[in-house]
Amino acid sequence: MKGKAMINIISPKNLVYSRPKAFTDTPTHYCPGCTHGTAHRLIAEVLDEMNIADKTIGVAPVGCAVFAYNYIDTDFVEAAHGRAPAMATGIKRLLPDRVVFAYQGDGDLASIGMAETVHAAARGENITVIFINNTNYGMTGGQMAPTTLPGQKTTTSPNGRDVELQGYPIRVAEMLATLEGVGYVVRRSLHDPKNIRLAKKAIRTAFEVQVRGLGFSMVELLSTCSTNWGLTPVESLKWLEEHMLPYYPLGDYKIAPSVAAVKI
Amino acid sequence: MTRELWKGNEAIAEAAIRAGLEGYFGYPITPQTETLEWMSRRMPELGRIFLQAESEPAAINMVYGAACTGARVMTSSSSPGISLMMEGLSYIAGTEVPVVLVDVMRGGPGLGNIAPSQGDYNQICHGGGHGDYHPIVLAPASVQEAVDLVPLAFDLAEKYLNIACVLLDGSIGQMMEPVELPEMRPVVRKEYAWATTGAKDRSRHVLTSIYLEVGLEEEVNLRLLKRWEAIKANEVRFKEYYLDDAEIAVIGFGTAGRVALSAVRAARAQGIKVGLFRPISVSPYPYQQVAALAERVKSLLVVEMNTGQMLEDVRLAVSRRIPIEFYGRLGGVVPFPDEILGEIQRIAKQPPSLEGHPAQRWLERMTAPQR
Ligand SMILES: Cc1ncc(C[n+]2csc(CCOP(=O)(O)OP(=O)(O)O)c2C)c(N)n1
Repeated sequence: MKGKAMINIISPKNLVYSRPKAFTDTPTHYCPGCTHGTAHRLIAEVLDEMNIADKTIGVAPVGCAVFAYNYIDTDFVEAAHGRAPAMATGIKRLLPDRVVFAYQGDGDLASIGMAETVHAAARGENITVIFINNTNYGMTGGQMAPTTLPGQKTTTSPNGRDVELQGYPIRVAEMLATLEGVGYVVRRSLHDPKNIRLAKKAIRTAFEVQVRGLGFSMVELLSTCSTNWGLTPVESLKWLEEHMLPYYPLGDYKIAPSVAAVKI
Repeated sequence: MTRELWKGNEAIAEAAIRAGLEGYFGYPITPQTETLEWMSRRMPELGRIFLQAESEPAAINMVYGAACTGARVMTSSSSPGISLMMEGLSYIAGTEVPVVLVDVMRGGPGLGNIAPSQGDYNQICHGGGHGDYHPIVLAPASVQEAVDLVPLAFDLAEKYLNIACVLLDGSIGQMMEPVELPEMRPVVRKEYAWATTGAKDRSRHVLTSIYLEVGLEEEVNLRLLKRWEAIKANEVRFKEYYLDDAEIAVIGFGTAGRVALSAVRAARAQGIKVGLFRPISVSPYPYQQVAALAERVKSLLVVEMNTGQMLEDVRLAVSRRIPIEFYGRLGGVVPFPDEILGEIQRIAKQPPSLEGHPAQRWLERMTAPQR
C-alpha cells in the first residue's frame, strides 16, 4: 500500500486500537518476540480503564523490566534485585489510599526475592504483583532461574537442568495460594490473543482486589524470552505452549471468598 | 520538662516518635531490640506505621520505599543486621532520599556477641555498601545525647537528602539514665518535589538509582559529593574537655570517649595536663579540629572499642606532626577508666615515638606475655 492511502485509513472513525493514556510514546528496548511489552501494555490499559494512573506507584524490578517506568506512565520507584515487595510494602503502608504494584521477573521474585515475596503475601499486604515467568534470567543473558524447566538448557545449565543436581522448578502461584493473606493468585499466559485477553482480565481483577483492600494479589504471566531461548518469536510462543503449560498449568490458584464476591 | 529514668533503646525510640516519625520498620536483634519493641507499642497507639519485617534486607527496603513517599521514616539494628542493610543503604544513597538509621553496635566479626563494641565504625562511616556515598554519622556518649541527636539526624537527613545514622554501642542502648525527652512535635508530611505519591495534577516522579549512561551516573556522583562538601563545611560536631592548657589530648567517641573522660579527670587530679576531644559527628569527621589540636598539644592518645578504626582518621588529620598512641579493647570489652589512666600516665612519663604505627605498638603491648 502507498504511504498516502495508509494515512487515509488511520482516521479517527477507523481507529479501533490506540496507545493507552498510561503508556508512554517510547520505542521498545525489548527484544523481538519478548512478551514484557505485552504485559506492560495490559497494565497500562487496566490503569486507564480503572482511571487510577494518577494514584498509582509502580515498583520496577532488577531484570529486563528495570526500565518499566519508561513505558508505564505513573510515578515509579526502582527497587534493588528482589526487594520490590518490601519497597512496595513501605510505600503502601505510608500511602494506603494509593495503588501500589510491583513488576518482577522470576529470578527477581522467586530466587533472590523469594523471602520478600512470601512474606508480603503472608502479611496480606495490599499490593499487586505482576510476575513474569520466562524460565530464565533474561537480562543477564539467559542463566538458569528457579523456574527453568527440567532438562531445559540455559547458559548455566548447558546440559539441561538436571533435577538431581539443580533441583526442581518452583510453582510460585501454587505455593502462594496456601497463604491466608492472599486475596487473589492466578496464572495466565501471553502466548496467544485469547490468553492475552484473559491475562488482562486477571490483571484488572488483581488491581480491583487491591483497591478494595482484599489482600495480596498476584498474576503470574507465562512469558517468552526468544533471544535467550534461541528461538524465533513464533517458535517461542509454541515452545511456551508445549513446554511451559504442562508444568505451569493456567488457572486460579486462590480466590479468597471476599474476592469471589467482587463483580467487575 | 522533668528528667525521667529511661533505657537507651527506648529513649531513642520515643525521641524519634516525638520528632514526628511516621514509619518504622525493623527486625529483632540484641542489643537493639527494645527500640523495635517500643515502636511496636507506641506507633500504632499514635496511628502511625510500625511493621516488623521478615529480615533486615526487607526492613531497609521497606524504609527505602516509605522514604520515597516523603515521610519521616527510620530503622534500627545492630552490627550483623546492619551488614545485611548495606545493599539497601547504597540504593537509598543513590536515590537521594532521606533515611535515619540507628546502629547499636555489638562485638564481632561474625555473630560475635551482644556486648558493647565500636567495631562498625568503618562499615558505617567509610562505606559498607557499594559505590561512592557518605552517610552522616552521629555518635552519642550518653542516653541524653542519643535522645538529642535523634531529632537532629532526621533534620539533617531531610535537609541534605542523605542517610543519617546514630551510631552507639550496646552499653548506651542498654543502660538507664536520667534524660529529658523533647516535646512531642506534630507529624508533618513534607511536600517534596520528588516524592512518589501518585502523579495527580502534576508530572510524574521516578525515583531510581540506575543511570546506564555513564555520564549521568558521573553527574549523580558529583552531585552527591558536592552535597557532602556542604555537609563537611556545616555539620561537624565535637566536644572538648580540659583542653585549654593540655599537653596530652585523648580522642575517643561514644562510650570510649565517655570512659576516657573519667580517666582524664583522674589524671588531672594527679597534675597531668591532659584533656579530651570527643568527636560527635564521626562522619563528617572533625579533621580540621583534630589537625588544629595537633598544633596545641604534644601527644595524642586515641581510645576505641575496636582495633583502631577511627585511629586512621586521626592519623590522616595529624599526619605525623606529633606522636600518637592507641589503646583499644575488643570483642565487647569496655575499657575501665584505670586502664586509660595508665596509658595517660605512661605517655606523660615517656612521650611516645613518631615512628611506627600506634596500633602495632598497642598490639605488642596487648599480646606481650604477662610478667
Ligand atoms: C544483587 C544483584 N545480584 C545480581 C544482579 C544481576 N542481575 C541483573 S538482572 C538479573 C536477573 C533478572 O532475571 P529475571 O528476574 O528472571 O528477569 P528477566 O530479566 O528475565 O525479565 C540479575 C541476576 C543484580 N543486579 N543485583
